[in-house]
Amino acid sequence: MQANGSAITRRHFLQSAAAGVALAGIGAPAFVRGAAPLAHQPLPYAEGALAPVIGAQTVGIHWGRHHKFYVDNLNKLVIGTPFEGQPLDKIVMGTAGKADQQALFNNAGQIWNHDFYWQSLKPGGGGKPPAKLAKKIDEAFGNFDEFRKQFAAMTVSQFGSGWGWLVADGAGKLKVVKTANAEVPMTQGLKPLVTIDVWEHAYYLDYQNKRADYVNALIDKLLNWEFAEKNLG
Amino acid sequence: MFTLMALPYANDALAPIITPNTISFHHGKHHKTYVDNLNNLVKGTEFEGQSLEAIVTATAGKADKAPLFNNAAQIWNHDFYWNSLKPNGGGVPAGKVADAINASFGSFDEFKKQMATTTVGQFGSGWGWLVADAAGKLKVVKTGNAEVPMTQGLKPLLTIDVWEHAYYLDYQNKRADYVNAVIDKLLNWDFAAKNLG
Ligand SMILES: [Fe+2]
Ligand SMILES: [Fe+2]
Repeated sequence: MQANGSAITRRHFLQSAAAGVALAGIGAPAFVRGAAPLAHQPLPYAEGALAPVIGAQTVGIHWGRHHKFYVDNLNKLVIGTPFEGQPLDKIVMGTAGKADQQALFNNAGQIWNHDFYWQSLKPGGGGKPPAKLAKKIDEAFGNFDEFRKQFAAMTVSQFGSGWGWLVADGAGKLKVVKTANAEVPMTQGLKPLVTIDVWEHAYYLDYQNKRADYVNALIDKLLNWEFAEKNLG
Repeated sequence: MFTLMALPYANDALAPIITPNTISFHHGKHHKTYVDNLNNLVKGTEFEGQSLEAIVTATAGKADKAPLFNNAAQIWNHDFYWNSLKPNGGGVPAGKVADAINASFGSFDEFKKQMATTTVGQFGSGWGWLVADAAGKLKVVKTGNAEVPMTQGLKPLLTIDVWEHAYYLDYQNKRADYVNAVIDKLLNWDFAAKNLG
């Protein structure tokens, strides 16, 4: 009993430590000085799971280097600032639009966007959304095909690095928008439902200059509509 | 009608720093798309028949002219980029450019360091530049997306494209490796001297 209880406690502690994040300062002497670093969120599927729409090499580099680079940068940049130890969304919203916080915002925004992007996709995704979301889409765009057309056109038209989004506005109406570089829809009072990364690194090894082919394939075959419906709330 | 500028060298002439595969997409697809887009966009507008420079200048900073500016400026930037590179380029410049670099940066190594850092530090799509300001002093600057230094009163001498399409097939996420290799082995210092005037 004693041994068993102790083992559970110990396992629980190890799991918390492995999760790596919010509580690591408690009972973890190595982190006592500063707050725990922000985590590089694991991929919700294997690197090859999105192939052939997005190749395993693209996912490996995109998640393992680009996404990780932003996490490593931010963990260095926050040290000694008021943002040290704050959750990611607080850093994003606290630095947005502030010229003197640009480096913090760019890295925090890109971590947030990439976390959201990986969850916006799933193997065997795409197709038609579940009933509640489908109704909202029909209300806002007339029908699913019209939504699909507008979402693709908006996303493809982002000039330079950025993101395409399906969002809900303050009144709950769905819209498609685009944001540049690390910008997020929340700063415009919009609630993101799903996103598509159109930085060239997201598709260049697989599609080169053919951004439209990447965007259309992703909408048709990878969008995670359950994630979108969950975000609708 | 605008035409796609011919490359000033064969498309494998910059290998292995920039491979023919990259150049075939970069020149043959990206650069060409901007030319095709601009030709379509100017049709029936006041800009039809105007020079590329005139369109860039007239549309810069105007939100309602963004598609015209983006395509015109990207043609201008790419024309300038291909001319900024040459096979067996790089090295240390001589003459007037060398004097201006030493006077402005202290040394060629200091220039190289600043050019690499500024160019690599462009967040997202854009360009790194060696420019001369109105007083003739050389500086390194970066611009986002299609932006050009002329709108800030700066005279461009050389540029490095850091849109990811410029290096992704060859270097993937390692932008710094691409930028350093271009500076060391491809920069066309004769072109810079001509631009310095
Ligand atoms: Fe990305
Ligand atoms: Fe380019």
